[in-house]
Amino acid sequence: MTYTELVVGAVLAALALDVLLLRTALVRRRAFWVSYAILAGFQLLVNGTLTGLRVVRYDPDAIIGLRVAFAPVEDLGFGFALILLTLSCWVRAGRRQAGGSDDRREPTSARGKRP
Amino acid sequence: MRHLSYLGLLAGCLLGTAPLELLLRTRVYARWRRLLVALLPGLVLGIAWDLYAISRHQWSFDRRYLVGLSIAGLPIEEALFFVVIPLCAVLTLEAVRRCRPSWPIDTEGDSERASQERQRRGAQRARSRTGSTEGDSERASQERQRRGAQRARSRTGSTEGDSEQG
Repeated sequence: MTYTELVVGAVLAALALDVLLLRTALVRRRAFWVSYAILAGFQLLVNGTLTGLRVVRYDPDAIIGLRVAFAPVEDLGFGFALILLTLSCWVRAGRRQAGGSDDRREPTSARGKRP
Repeated sequence: MRHLSYLGLLAGCLLGTAPLELLLRTRVYARWRRLLVALLPGLVLGIAWDLYAISRHQWSFDRRYLVGLSIAGLPIEEALFFVVIPLCAVLTLEAVRRCRPSWPIDTEGDSERASQERQRRGAQRARSRTGSTEGDSERASQERQRRGAQRARSRTGSTEGDSEQG
């Protein structure tokens, strides 16, 4: 598979993980998109440096050839998938930790009896 | 010095985001167990993808910019990339949440924050019980109702699947 095909698959897989599997639905959250916008800006900077200096070189046959700040446009999809995967896992891990001791599922009447 | 280019870039990412933990108190490094859980899938999948791409010659690295250490043919910088970048992502999300607490994420299930809130509420209740005029307790119960409604809102506004998962 080319890098392009893999990236499309990865983005779809990350979306499915967020919405269907872990059900964190970050793609519906403003906090996620603002974070992503900040991260994408820095990604262009870091990635642009890596590809601009030619620390990393890409096989022209593996990409469609469109470049943003020196880097193949596919890198943006790669970054998006990696960020969404990580943040979805982070949010989900927080929910599971909270599940045992959190008062989320506790009946309201029991609250006052706690020490 | 050129050998340190890629590694230095990653170090720069960590240094650049460190103030988020220190000044904004994102408590990402502090919750290191949760952080490890969050980073592991990206690290494993990222390294697997990287090895596949290298084996298919989809991308390659200029050794002059690398320190020269590698694991199973993968430059150490590439493995670290899949730790550093996701870590920066978590720090950024938590920083945004610190700056905009009203923007909900999931069920807001941070057990620590919830227990702080519980303590605060308990203390308030104790105050209103001991010294208070009727007006006080009435106000307290209004406040309680308001909070309950808020809670319900944040619950329904969260992922639809929550209740199904039980």
